[in-house]
Amino acid sequence: MDRFRMIFQYFQSNSESVMNGICGLLALASVKMYTCFDFSCPCLPQYNMAYGLGIMFVPPVILFLCGLILNRQSLVMLDEWRRPQGHRRKDLAVIRYMCSSIVQRAMVAPVVWIIVTLLDGKCLICAFSGSVDPEKFVGFANVTSVQVEQLLAKVSCKDDELMRNNTSRKAVSRYLRCWSQALGWSILLILIIAAFLARWLRPCFNQATLLQARHWSNYIDMEQKIFEETCCEHSRLFAHKCILHFFESMRQEIKLHSFNLPREGERDEGEEDLLRGITDQDQVNKLLKTWYYDKPPLDVSQATQR
Amino acid sequence: MDKFRMIFQFFQSNQESFMNGICGIMALASTQMYSAFDFNCPCLPHYNMAYGLGILLVPPFILFLLGFVLNNNISMLAEEWRRPQGQRGKDPAVLRYMFCSMAQRAMIAPAVWVSVTLLDGKCITCAFCTSVPVGTLGNASHPLLSQGEIQRVLARIPCKEIYDGQELIANEVAVRYLRCISQALGWCFVLLMTTLAFLVRSLRPCFSQAAFLKSRYWSHYIDIERKLFDETCAEHARSFAKVCIQQFFESMSTDLVAARCQLPKKTPEDAGEASKKLLGITDQGTMNMALKSWHRCKPPLHLHPPALPSGNGQAGEGQPPVHSSTPQRETAAYYSLV
Repeated sequence: MDRFRMIFQYFQSNSESVMNGICGLLALASVKMYTCFDFSCPCLPQYNMAYGLGIMFVPPVILFLCGLILNRQSLVMLDEWRRPQGHRRKDLAVIRYMCSSIVQRAMVAPVVWIIVTLLDGKCLICAFSGSVDPEKFVGFANVTSVQVEQLLAKVSCKDDELMRNNTSRKAVSRYLRCWSQALGWSILLILIIAAFLARWLRPCFNQATLLQARHWSNYIDMEQKIFEETCCEHSRLFAHKCILHFFESMRQEIKLHSFNLPREGERDEGEEDLLRGITDQDQVNKLLKTWYYDKPPLDVSQATQR
Repeated sequence: MDKFRMIFQFFQSNQESFMNGICGIMALASTQMYSAFDFNCPCLPHYNMAYGLGILLVPPFILFLLGFVLNNNISMLAEEWRRPQGQRGKDPAVLRYMFCSMAQRAMIAPAVWVSVTLLDGKCITCAFCTSVPVGTLGNASHPLLSQGEIQRVLARIPCKEIYDGQELIANEVAVRYLRCISQALGWCFVLLMTTLAFLVRSLRPCFSQAAFLKSRYWSHYIDIERKLFDETCAEHARSFAKVCIQQFFESMSTDLVAARCQLPKKTPEDAGEASKKLLGITDQGTMNMALKSWHRCKPPLHLHPPALPSGNGQAGEGQPPVHSSTPQRETAAYYSLV
């Protein structure tokens, strides 16, 4: 039991840190995914916006869903939400607390992706290069509107033959990048201030309810883990008893069918136990065949009554 | 038993994490395989599509099968499925649970391959370069080129060194277009897979949670029972072998003594462990005979009931069995009483 107690204390103290660890890993994974991803703007008027905004918003949705899937507590919360009431009341405050903590942790990786994307700038340059006012830039000022659309769409592609010698390309690119980075830093600042305020002002409201909700959400999590551990332990013991019972019943059957009188004399007790009365090749073969063809019923009540 | 108990607890509590680990390793292996693989588009009109789609779809199938092969539980599933009913009923829900959990894990590496392939873009570029809309992206009205010629030129888009259709459609434009489509498909695929995984995981507690708990318990039980049975059989085999060999040495020793008509020396009471372990064979000739006999004529797989000489003279009481070996047993009993 001591070993179990140690394991459960570990889980108790570290359930939050396991979840925080997963959250951090996902955030790192999102940065790594962004750097590995080979962003190539199509440089075509109709496709740029879709591509740029798609790369900015679709991976965050994927990361959010991953954050929910990888978090064990979301299953526990759903279980608690959907269970029939039975003898135990349901406390909505606990469910709300669990939900908000899960969602907060799942939001970290998407936010990291969006901020990294904005600070890098490629997505916004690709998406909004066609929406820039061409009059502001010398190289695009005196061009027909159809052509300017085409040209502006190619701003992201510096190797394109039309863009190679165009001096205004860099100007447009810098302009858009400036906007993108400003947006990125502003979002980061707003989020950090919001997190700061939420953490500092929370004790001013409903601290007692919060403590209760946190306690009971930990409790539900713990209870689920212990139930699973107990089921494992139980199935192991059940299997052990079932197999011993099977060997014993095989031994009885062999005694009934053979004419060997059992020897009652002195024998090394350890070996006797391990041999369990099965002492020749035919008996072993019969045992193995019976194990496959006719597994014992899942009922060890006779074994436990002995 | 304590040692076994600890091992089984480890396996049980960590079986899921062990399988998840294998899953993760296969996903990493699939990305590594993709980056190590040297993709070479044939750049020929009819071969491009076959090559591109083949590289996109055949390795995932292989990885899926490999996922099943590497999963130890597949034999357990097959055994449970095919066994005769006997005294124990079969529960199809348990079989379904086992199959679903194995299939879900096996799907991860193929999904990773397909996503990486689509996000990289080379396969789609190779497969669909002949379907690029030349009208919108290039000069459709290029003279002197028949349909077949155009196809041949377009097929060379992935191979920049031999591409000769810059007037028809610029290589970079076509590649960027195809890559954009490929990456969009890739992200949509990843989103679809993640959404499916999320729905499967989150809708399950809403329906049949009790049935799920039952299936999970019994599938773990079947696995543990199989492992415990194997362990018990291994223990039994070890004891069987030990007793069989001891009986062999014993019978060798008594045979030789009977053949030479010698009385063995009296074993002193305080002979100690070492001489007990000699099992009555105490000279070179006897040992050589024993070894030769072991090779030429192994003993039958049948243990005689008075199994072990348990020390100095206390073996052999009780009824001797009605076998032809009775005289030998009596002899052994006599000698060991001395």
